[in-house]
Amino acid sequence: MEPILAVKNLSMNFGGLRALDRLDLDVNQGEIVALIGPNGAGKTTFFNCITGIYTPTEGDILITPPRNSVQRINGLKPNTITELGMARTFQNIRLFPKMTVLENVMIGRHCRLSAGILGAVFQGKKVRKEEERAVTDSYAVLEKIGLAQFVNDLAMNLPYGAQRRLEIARALATEPFLLLLDEPAAGMNPQETQELNELIVRIRDTEKISILLIEHDMKLVMSLSDRIFVMDYGKKIAQGAPREIKSNPVVIKAYLGEEFHA
Amino acid sequence: MSWDYFIELFLGGLTRGSIYALIALGYTMVYGIIELINFAHGEIYMIGAFTALIIASVLSLFGMHQLVVLVLAVVLAVVYACAYGFTVEKIAYKPLRKAPRLSVLISAIGMSLFLQNYVLLAQTSDFLPFPKLIPDFEFWEPYSHIISSQELTIIATTVVVMILLTFLIKFTTIGKAMRATAQDKIMAALVGIDVNHIISITFIVGSATAAIGGVLIASHIGQINFFIGFIAGIKAFVAAVLGGIGSIPGAVLGSLVLGWTESFFTGYISSDYEDVFAFLFLVFILIFRPAGILGRSQTQKV
Repeated sequence: MEPILAVKNLSMNFGGLRALDRLDLDVNQGEIVALIGPNGAGKTTFFNCITGIYTPTEGDILITPPRNSVQRINGLKPNTITELGMARTFQNIRLFPKMTVLENVMIGRHCRLSAGILGAVFQGKKVRKEEERAVTDSYAVLEKIGLAQFVNDLAMNLPYGAQRRLEIARALATEPFLLLLDEPAAGMNPQETQELNELIVRIRDTEKISILLIEHDMKLVMSLSDRIFVMDYGKKIAQGAPREIKSNPVVIKAYLGEEFHA
Repeated sequence: MSWDYFIELFLGGLTRGSIYALIALGYTMVYGIIELINFAHGEIYMIGAFTALIIASVLSLFGMHQLVVLVLAVVLAVVYACAYGFTVEKIAYKPLRKAPRLSVLISAIGMSLFLQNYVLLAQTSDFLPFPKLIPDFEFWEPYSHIISSQELTIIATTVVVMILLTFLIKFTTIGKAMRATAQDKIMAALVGIDVNHIISITFIVGSATAAIGGVLIASHIGQINFFIGFIAGIKAFVAAVLGGIGSIPGAVLGSLVLGWTESFFTGYISSDYEDVFAFLFLVFILIFRPAGILGRSQTQKV
């Protein structure tokens, strides 16, 4: 079977700086894959390239959505990529702070609605039906993620852990086949991290959504991932199962520096 | 200094304020979404008025009923102005989306001058008489000494437009997408919103309200020329800043406050200094509330 995401030979230059250097990475259906590496390795740049925020300098990003053929998505606009079925969250929380929790999730449903400006103005029967569906669907997502109690609160008033989960809920509302999480556990306490771990597994198992995550919490990465890719200075330096990565000397060197001799 | 006189000034200010509000909405919505002062916005208002004049003149030749002429003139002025607003954004602002903000501002000023001169050449530099499109309603006759049918229509139209707009922004999918885009453009795109599409819609909605304002005020005052967009645009811009630019209720409140300030100062002191009072008041408000009446000043993180 084709991998649902296949990145081949991807490079990204910012002027003279090469942030990504001929990177290869793939995610298969139903997998949880982690992308790790020291700070500044280019992990977030990689996410920005595959979600359409940056147009990569070279290489191919190929996706195979379920029941669809392979498609090259280099240089497509972010909203088009979301419509194709890849959703992401950010390292620093980027909710719409002045909208309610429900509205934040409904915005995610936006790309699955068909109504245009005329529909919005004249509020035909079909449009109203669609709006009602969007509310029910969004509420269902909130219940799944355990945020139903906050439904009418402003996003900015939520506790930190809940804001992080709301980002995931909003991403899920776009009905992705692949969910990209950028440091989902950043700033969480051990208990919240444990809950996040369970949530991610649940999303994969019950929603059949594959997951690619960037994370620094090694305990989480090791317990969660099927496979791990390791980056340093924009290059891939290792890939494999958690056990292999843990004992890989190249990885240890990248994390602990040149002077370290194991 | 009678009570009646006060009421008259109050209602006069309300009428002025309503017109300013219809124009100020376009400024504040565009600013809310792309942080640009769209200096060409006043010209869209002027073009709306000119379109209505042409349509009304043609239709009157056929001897149509006044109300039919009014409705058709407003509808076509709105369509025409929307097309201009949409095109101006595509030509003058969209290519500069990633440019520094000053470049876009210069582009806006250029567009404003271009449209003024285009109308000057295509039409005339003289003031043109504008037909009285809004009829004197018979049922309103007993009260017309307090407020004329024209003024009543202007105020009522503004109220209806405000309600529709509030509904659009608060409760529809498009409205949610607009708010989301205003708060975080990149994130909006990442949840599947076509940001360029939303920006276009914002320009179209703003142009539509400006065109409605253009037709109403032209019919009220009775004459137009190519330059009316400039002063009306500046006043509405002042109103938007006064209320807190980027905020829609702020734009309405700022417009009303400006309308009343002008009306009361000219009524009780002197009409020679109408603009002086308006701008003095702006300075005064901005000293005490730099972000406008409803604006929230944000501390920049450094």
